[in-house]
Amino acid sequence: MKKEQQLDLYRQMVLIRRLEERGAELYQQGKIGGFMHLYIGQEAVSTGLIAAREPRDRVITAYRDHGVALNCGISANEVMAELLGKATGMSKGKGGSMHMADTSKNMWGGHAIVGGHLPIASGFAIGDQYAGNDNVTICMFGEGATNIGYFHEALNIAKTWNLRVLWVCENNQYGMGTTVERASAVTDIRQKAEGYGMKNGQVDGMDVMKVYDAAKEALEFVRKNSQPYLLEIDTYRFRGHSMGDPERYRKQEEVKKWQENDPIGIFNKQLLDKKIATRKALDEIEARVKEEVAKAVEFAEASPEPALEELYTDIYAD
Amino acid sequence: MAKITMREAISQALMEEMDRDPAVFIMGEEVGVWGGTYAVTKGFYDKYGAMRVKDTPIAENAIIGGAIGAAMVGQRPVAELMTINFGFSAMDYIVNQAPKLHYMFGGQFTLPLVIRAVGGGGRQLGATHSQTPDAVFAHFPGLKVISPGTPEDAKGLLKSAIRSNDPVLFIEHATMYQVRGEVPEGEYTIPIGKSKVQRAGKDLTIVTYCKGLELSMKAADELSKQGIEVEVVDLRTLRPLDMEPVIESFKKTNRAVVVEEGWKSYGVGSEIVSRIYEEAFDYVDAPIIRVAQKEVPLPYNRTLEQAALPQVADITAAVKEVLK
Repeated sequence: MKKEQQLDLYRQMVLIRRLEERGAELYQQGKIGGFMHLYIGQEAVSTGLIAAREPRDRVITAYRDHGVALNCGISANEVMAELLGKATGMSKGKGGSMHMADTSKNMWGGHAIVGGHLPIASGFAIGDQYAGNDNVTICMFGEGATNIGYFHEALNIAKTWNLRVLWVCENNQYGMGTTVERASAVTDIRQKAEGYGMKNGQVDGMDVMKVYDAAKEALEFVRKNSQPYLLEIDTYRFRGHSMGDPERYRKQEEVKKWQENDPIGIFNKQLLDKKIATRKALDEIEARVKEEVAKAVEFAEASPEPALEELYTDIYAD
Repeated sequence: MAKITMREAISQALMEEMDRDPAVFIMGEEVGVWGGTYAVTKGFYDKYGAMRVKDTPIAENAIIGGAIGAAMVGQRPVAELMTINFGFSAMDYIVNQAPKLHYMFGGQFTLPLVIRAVGGGGRQLGATHSQTPDAVFAHFPGLKVISPGTPEDAKGLLKSAIRSNDPVLFIEHATMYQVRGEVPEGEYTIPIGKSKVQRAGKDLTIVTYCKGLELSMKAADELSKQGIEVEVVDLRTLRPLDMEPVIESFKKTNRAVVVEEGWKSYGVGSEIVSRIYEEAFDYVDAPIIRVAQKEVPLPYNRTLEQAALPQVADITAAVKEVLK
């Protein structure tokens, strides 16, 4: 990968981290409502994955979607505005944290029913197959979603109908507060793809370049063979499941141990060790991102509330 | 005017729309090789092939979720639920996804999707296969719910549903596929969300739809012989609900009976009666009566099943009660 692109991936990861940190503050100040799930700790997953896609490939994910939105090219301004429920958000303030999408960026949401978007992802691929193109649908979900029926119906039809879907399981070790062992009959999640005769792989989700390489290979397989593929990406969320999580289910030592594997720290070190960037260059990226996030907050706070008439728009398209 | 069955009407609508628009395809259980459990899509597989007439696994979430996804990316799927009772397995998609995705993302997604579902009792299929849960689905803003009572309306409304850019649940009745009726020659559509006076009268207004229409028209004939002329208003679409012809008729007759096949509690009739009281209270001359299914899970035994379902005699009795 070219130097510029690597630096851009680094910028994206830092942007996610800083935007999420500001988001958490604004949430605590009561400026953001509802449920909010932070992507802190998982930045390398979405960043490496989406860097590997063609622009025509569709992305759909679950409710931990701010980072995915940014990786797809949605601006920090729009993400922040949607978090604050403003008219300038990409969903006009009607979706909120869990429902971020921009079809022009091929980001198809932000879906908040666990596993519910998996059959919809199959549907995208059904539509693309019907249209006769070779777009791939990249469908991200947590390991908790692999225990619900949707997952199995979606994987079964994807394999039976030769659909171009890259199933990406972000295994962050916990479905809310329940560990994989306590919820899943098999703990090696990718084994579940075997039951559908589906090719699968696994990669370390704390290393963005490893994620990128694995995603590139998986996407090529899907596109070339018109077959689905399940990629398990192992990761960890450093913060709670959502903002209101007392975290009684895990020990601080465990969190600390994973934090030593901070995906941004790992990539920072790689860039310096391989002399792709100087410390100064990385510091500059950090400074630019900080400014971008500050401006996004300013933009969102200055943006208007949706007009009351918006209550009755978009119920029907006709 | 040609006289055709409900089955033929629905089949013609599907075929005409598939011929008209290559984005239209069908997916569901046994819609293809089998020809449809109610033979509505008989011959389609041979004519259009496997890509346009998709036999799915028995997996309602994959069917309806898949149809939603395909619609979001620009196709016009017609998904079939073998029975509406199987729709409960895909409830998340029918009521929690399809009606909300357009709104929740600020209008970014459109869902030109039709879900055809067969509902209704009277075929001795037992409690889990015989329900008329239309009111449940009609509860949700964002979904359009159609349930026609004549071949003419079935054909014209299904064509409109397929052309609609919104998710539509199109409910057919399992015992009505052989019902015959006149259908206009050639191309026509019927607008979604328009109720219709199916029979004119002056003494009382019957508000109904789907199977209730069939029963109410028979009741109207009997009552006519006894000198009672009822007006029958057919809702045709449950959401968006068009109350105008209902209110207009009620203002003329000042009396009403509401007939539906589903359960009375929290039903379509409850909604209609409330709306009449809200919008035309000054015109009410007598309490409005609801005719509906008895509040039991529908039994298998034929006598018991028929005792639970609304009958023509229930309607004539209700009309006389209101006119008393």
